[in-house]
Amino acid sequence: MSSPLLTSLAATDIDTGNTAWLLAAAALVMLMAPGLALFYGGMVRSKSVLNMIMMVFGALAVVSVVWVLVGYSIAFGDDVVGGLFGDPFQYLAFGDMVDGVTASGIPLPLFAIFQGLFAVITCGLVAGAIADRTRFGAWLVFAALWTVLVYSPVAHWIFDFDAEGHTGGWMANQLGAFDFAGGTAVEITSGASGLAVALVLGKRIGFGRDPMKPHNLTLVMLGAGLLWFGWFGFNAGSQLAADGRAAIVFVNTLVAGCTGCLAWLLVERVRDGHATSFGAASGVVAGLVAITPACGFVTPLGAMAVGLAAGTLCAVAIGWKYRFGYDDSLDVVGVHLVGGLVGTLLIGLLASTSIYADGADGLLYGGGLDQLGKQAVACVATFTYAFVVSGLLALALERTMGFRVEEDHEVTGVDLVIHAESAYDLHAATGGARPHLGGSGGSLLDRHDQ
Amino acid sequence: MKLVTAVIKPHKWEEVREALETFGVTGMTVSEVSGYGRQKGHTEVYRGAEYDIALVPKIRIEIVVDNGDVEDVVGIVVKAAQTGRIGDGKVWVSSIDSVIRVRTGDRDEAAI
Repeated sequence: MSSPLLTSLAATDIDTGNTAWLLAAAALVMLMAPGLALFYGGMVRSKSVLNMIMMVFGALAVVSVVWVLVGYSIAFGDDVVGGLFGDPFQYLAFGDMVDGVTASGIPLPLFAIFQGLFAVITCGLVAGAIADRTRFGAWLVFAALWTVLVYSPVAHWIFDFDAEGHTGGWMANQLGAFDFAGGTAVEITSGASGLAVALVLGKRIGFGRDPMKPHNLTLVMLGAGLLWFGWFGFNAGSQLAADGRAAIVFVNTLVAGCTGCLAWLLVERVRDGHATSFGAASGVVAGLVAITPACGFVTPLGAMAVGLAAGTLCAVAIGWKYRFGYDDSLDVVGVHLVGGLVGTLLIGLLASTSIYADGADGLLYGGGLDQLGKQAVACVATFTYAFVVSGLLALALERTMGFRVEEDHEVTGVDLVIHAESAYDLHAATGGARPHLGGSGGSLLDRHDQ
Repeated sequence: MKLVTAVIKPHKWEEVREALETFGVTGMTVSEVSGYGRQKGHTEVYRGAEYDIALVPKIRIEIVVDNGDVEDVVGIVVKAAQTGRIGDGKVWVSSIDSVIRVRTGDRDEAAI
């Protein structure tokens, strides 16, 4: 995010160019949610694709509402204590906001909902760690509480800049860490939360023994494409202005996805013997994850280096779950945590004041170790907070309402048991049973897991 | 009457069907099946994790024929389905007691 972000209310005129771009960018970020749903949906087995998609759509529905009600205030309200969280009542339900304008001339409700869609996608990412085995109702409760307790505070730390009459978060202001569009708040937070929740829920039945290969790689490719498209809004929109730096960010977002893809394919070709479509999709996302924090601080050449590093390291990191025995089902740790760490730390090496004069030069541009140290502190703080609080939240839900489905329901498949649907009707003879009109009583399925 | 069952490679199915039709076979039942023999399966790699896929897709053809046609039909199927490589499949012949045509109630030879 560019700083300083906010002026006092109604102090600035609206800039129509910037506003038009951010309206479009916000819609692009919203498209990342269905994109992620397809990306993840294709990766799971056919018996749980609908549930996977529903977890992401559910995150969209719940997190958006919670963000409007209270999340935005916690993230961007006046700081309450020590740069840790904002006043939860300041913009309750987006009240007292309609006349607000940001420093770059954007109506405050637009800025606020643009930020809300970041919370949505971050929450959706967490779902990938707990595929095939999560109770849907408990997931929705988790999404709501997680938005309040995990995402909103971290967003306050890194995205809420000090301004006249406004105190923001500690990472952005006191520490001085750089995170353009969410390497910490989005990527490291989702990866750390995913790891914690996956550890609480435990491994899927048959993890590491039974085949759990992706059931539809064309969905994965389509989802990756939609994510990439939406990511232009995510990154270039985070400039909050239609200007030259937004254009550089746009370029960086393209080339980092490209080099991430190529690096991942190279690792696969050498290690496994084949360059795969799944690897291409994963490499694109790894590159995009890593460039997210860095895109406003590095040159296009630097962005290519960030993508290469992320594509390589993430392609290696996805193997850790088998070695260490945690079932991060769709590699949220391997891609988003590792990619987020890579991108956030590489700012310390590759940041250039030629791109952002008010930024800093990284180690490779003669800036010394100072910025790298700040980036490392931001990484450790974000990981620790998101991991601990998400883990405790998941544990509380598992102990009270139950977070994981019963064993036989997991074996049958969560699509059928939770949603009473199957994704694909490929056999007309068995798919054409007569409908029972007027109520769902007498179903073959019990409804325990709903 | 005999039941001839053939399990063959999917890409040979059209050749087998044409050869049987030329001979005069007027109908058959075909299913997409999977299995394995000496060919075994294959290996797939997803995000670095290798999966041994045991089952290979095959086409199963079932034809009921008069006793006198059995050798011809078996010969035609084998000739048309053969590539000479491992995984070409199997053909087997079994006896059946009776056949009934659902539309007319005709039995046995009249129903073939």
